[in-house]
Amino acid sequence: MDLALAAKNLKKLFNWRVIFRDISFDVPQGKTLLITGRNGSGKSTLVKIISGVLAPTSGSVSISGVAARKGDGRHDVLGLVSPYLQMYDEFSASENVQFALAIRGLKPDGGRVDELLNRVGLYERRNDAVRTYSSGMKQRVKYAFALAHRPPVLLLDEPMSNLDAEGISIVRDIMSRQRNEGILVVATNDLTDIDHYDLRVDLNAAT
Amino acid sequence: MRQHESVRGSWGSSVLAILRKDWQSELRTRYAISALLMFVITTISIILFSLGSEGAPAEVLSGMLWVVIFFAAMSGLSRTFVMEEERGTAMTLQLLAPPSAVYFGKLLFNLVLIAGVNLLTVALYSLFINGFIIKTASIFIITITLGSIGFAAAATIIAAIIARASTKGTLYPVLSFPILLPLLLTVINATRLAAEGAFFEEAYGEFQILISYIVVVIATSFIVFDFVWKD
Repeated sequence: MDLALAAKNLKKLFNWRVIFRDISFDVPQGKTLLITGRNGSGKSTLVKIISGVLAPTSGSVSISGVAARKGDGRHDVLGLVSPYLQMYDEFSASENVQFALAIRGLKPDGGRVDELLNRVGLYERRNDAVRTYSSGMKQRVKYAFALAHRPPVLLLDEPMSNLDAEGISIVRDIMSRQRNEGILVVATNDLTDIDHYDLRVDLNAAT
Repeated sequence: MRQHESVRGSWGSSVLAILRKDWQSELRTRYAISALLMFVITTISIILFSLGSEGAPAEVLSGMLWVVIFFAAMSGLSRTFVMEEERGTAMTLQLLAPPSAVYFGKLLFNLVLIAGVNLLTVALYSLFINGFIIKTASIFIITITLGSIGFAAAATIIAAIIARASTKGTLYPVLSFPILLPLLLTVINATRLAAEGAFFEEAYGEFQILISYIVVVIATSFIVFDFVWKD
């Protein structure tokens, strides 16, 4: 069965307040989805629901046609970068990525870890504790962490947060590769590259 | 198209990775270990000063031993989930592993901690508290072992429940006490039997209660943890 990410009639309420309703999409392999909306429209909430860390009020999300209730089974096929996601700051970048591999039953070999940290420009500081990093460097660790298991589906919530010009260039390269090799979902207010996406969900129209 | 990494997704490797991560984190931060050690040492010192050289009956000393263990456990065992919430890594863990693997990883970590605390408490208690003599070692060893597992099992699920509450420091012992009461009464009674030199067969009833308690708590935790752990 081909890889596909699909959502059907997603609805989310917080204390009876409708965040969004009737959100449906179908993203086949090799396609990209852009989630847009004003502040508070529910972009991060939708990303959390897709990733499985938050349950929708109603509706469902499935990957490769297999229904995944509350995220079970999604741990191995998803990678997420989000402002809400925190790294273990008493560990080094290298140890964080090793943990991301080990917890999925993958051998945390140094070659893969070094390759990832080199890719996000943190190789020289790979053994320093994450708590000593700047916010931009912490954002880069999140990319290495999310890509550790080569996820078929990559979710990026505000992907350029805290990044300098070099960091933005690194992330553009990651997004470009993911476009070609899997499924890319981006939630952002930045509409600069809107034409580069195949599908769009506008949450301003979904309440 | 790229071949994606073949993820084995082994449940056991997730459990062990969480245990290893928590242990390494604890060795670096020493949040739980420091709290547990300080509590054990200060409480045994207070008991020592209160009793002086007079000692106390076996049932009183058995009860006090488990009072030390209960409050020491309350001071340290909640850290495993509270830390994940306080530093914002709970969502990271939710994303990485199935809830059951998280529960059993944390349970094993708490088990290692409480087993260490119990060994230290028993050693200090036996050395310094006058009149605490175990006459039936087999009953005592099984009681400490089953008591540690029971404490870790209950403390782990309660810690997961209170981790998101704003008053977690107060809530933890308050919520733990009624849940741990059957365990406490049973281990105190079994320890008294060991101190009095009872035959091994006389403690069968206590062991059956302890094993039932452990099975019920772990099975219930396994069922409810999914709902406790996710939003």
